Amino acid sequence: MSALYLMVVGLGAFTAGYLLYSRFISEHIFRLDSEFRTPAHVQEDGVDFVPTNRWVLWGHHFTSVAGAAPIVGPAIAVIWGWLPAFLWVTLGTVFFAGIHDAGALWASVRNEGKSIGALTESVVGQRARSLFMIVIFLLLLMVNAVFAIIIAGLFVDFPSSVIPAWFVIAVAITIGYLLYRRGVALLWPSIIGVSLLYASMLVGNNIPLSLPESMFGLGAPALWVVLLFTYAAIASLLPVWLLLQPRDYINGLQLFIGLGIFFLAVLLNPPEVVAPMINSSVPEDVPSLIPLLFVTIACGACSGFHGLVSSGTTSKQVDNEKDVRFVGFLGTVGEGSLALAAIIACTAGFATLGDWEGYYTAFASGGLPAFVQGGGQILANGLGLPVALGETLLAVMAILFAATTMDTGVRLQRYIVQEAGTIYNIPALTGKGLSTIVAVGCCLALAFGAGGGGGTGGLVIWPLFGTTNQLLAALTLLVLSVFLLKQSRPSRYTFVPFLFLLTMTVWALGIQLRGFYDNGQFFLAALDVIILVTAIWVALESYSAFRKARTGESSA
Amino acid sequence: MDWRERITRAGELLQEFYRGRHRGALARERRQEDDLFMLLVFSEMMGIENPSSYYTLELLPLLYEGFHEWHIRMGMDHSPLEHFRCC
Repeated sequence: MSALYLMVVGLGAFTAGYLLYSRFISEHIFRLDSEFRTPAHVQEDGVDFVPTNRWVLWGHHFTSVAGAAPIVGPAIAVIWGWLPAFLWVTLGTVFFAGIHDAGALWASVRNEGKSIGALTESVVGQRARSLFMIVIFLLLLMVNAVFAIIIAGLFVDFPSSVIPAWFVIAVAITIGYLLYRRGVALLWPSIIGVSLLYASMLVGNNIPLSLPESMFGLGAPALWVVLLFTYAAIASLLPVWLLLQPRDYINGLQLFIGLGIFFLAVLLNPPEVVAPMINSSVPEDVPSLIPLLFVTIACGACSGFHGLVSSGTTSKQVDNEKDVRFVGFLGTVGEGSLALAAIIACTAGFATLGDWEGYYTAFASGGLPAFVQGGGQILANGLGLPVALGETLLAVMAILFAATTMDTGVRLQRYIVQEAGTIYNIPALTGKGLSTIVAVGCCLALAFGAGGGGGTGGLVIWPLFGTTNQLLAALTLLVLSVFLLKQSRPSRYTFVPFLFLLTMTVWALGIQLRGFYDNGQFFLAALDVIILVTAIWVALESYSAFRKARTGESSA
Repeated sequence: MDWRERITRAGELLQEFYRGRHRGALARERRQEDDLFMLLVFSEMMGIENPSSYYTLELLPLLYEGFHEWHIRMGMDHSPLEHFRCC
């Protein structure tokens, strides 16, 4: 079958979802009102609350939520065949993520731009908020560890990506310096900076760099993990304007460019899907499709992280309440398209079924290398690029996403540690230095503690990361349902997805716990138990909050 | 709208795209520095010795505009200074 069908049906489903379902939800459930004065206007302060053009806001929202995760998830999940991943990405984007992201945005806009954590406290209760904080901390911890391992893997598998991936730091710092210290207008630095980035890929292609296979008793991937965390620690201490801001910006630009050229390549020379529709001969270690599919693909189908972005920063900048639909739903659709691109690359980028099976020999063995290799082939066939260059391009794209997330993730974790230092009166932890070391130390412990001492087996954490992410999404959907119920509006459109996600996460956690225990991975088993307890707690909290809201409604 | 205006508008949107995402973080950082500066300028009046008070005195009228917000942000409902009334 031609991959063009996947692309057309997938993008068609997203369009239909946006035009029909999101319209229904916006008009009949959220009842978006252009007369409503949004927090951006009521509380305008030029700092957080700033009315923003909806296209710009969509750009921010989309580039904040899209990262390496919507690529990694589908790239692993196609091991069950292309159909399950494809269905979950398309249906999940329309019926789960769309309403989740836009709903969090809307609820926050209707509550003075409060974050979903603060909303939980006012809608459900104090305990639920604490649960939220635990889940967020674990999520950050896992995201940093997993992404470091992913980048290290890509550096080892595709040494041509090393030069461009580090060169981008110089480009970013130059742009930041020119803009803030020299007052140069943005347009030319952007064009030159992005051109230089792509030129550096050509250089990297000719000069691949690798670390020695073993140094200080560590293998190459483990060394990269240590180097990456050293970088992330330093980067998180630099001023935002110098590195993080221009880096985020370049990333945003290359996300649009990357997605554009990928779909163009599929359109110009549609590849054949070689992976089976449903894989009947999965490798032995692959867990059951249900429930693991729904936690393996979190970002790209439904992800709790988006609610944090929606309610954290985006909601404070919504100019008109009607923009909630445009920004929230279309941000999700953007992310869904990235996941769709990943599915196509990992199922149609191989010449034969045998080649594909060579990659998918075990669970989590395909992943990003399959995406880079398959996608590189598709770019080569569609646009006439050399295969190696196409691979470098996609490897760098994935690395930049993951690395920027690490920059932000380590910074956020440092804030949490500093806050803990203030709360528990530990002055040493309130400074930048030690708190960064503690934050990075936790991530390194997870990266090395999970599966294998070499810092390489960490992809085992992936489904656990997905589970935590989905748990967060479930919690957000619950808050939304209670909020809707309190307003006497139908809550089934958020409650059914909530029930589904909660069931799948608890089920998946159970299966994973057993796996970790059997394999003697007690560190991960402990982490699993913490998340499981949180999940059950969430279920109980939700039951009580719901009952209260119901009683309130019937007595009202 | 002719093409020149369109390009200018696109440039503005791009600029907004660049600045918007970290606007809050940067503004907060800047505010922290400003707050420290405010403390330096007013330090003499609070009994903290300030060798440059001769110069910083000149700045008082300029900083007065932001004084109210500053003392509120620092957790003081009213002006902490006897000779410097605010609200």
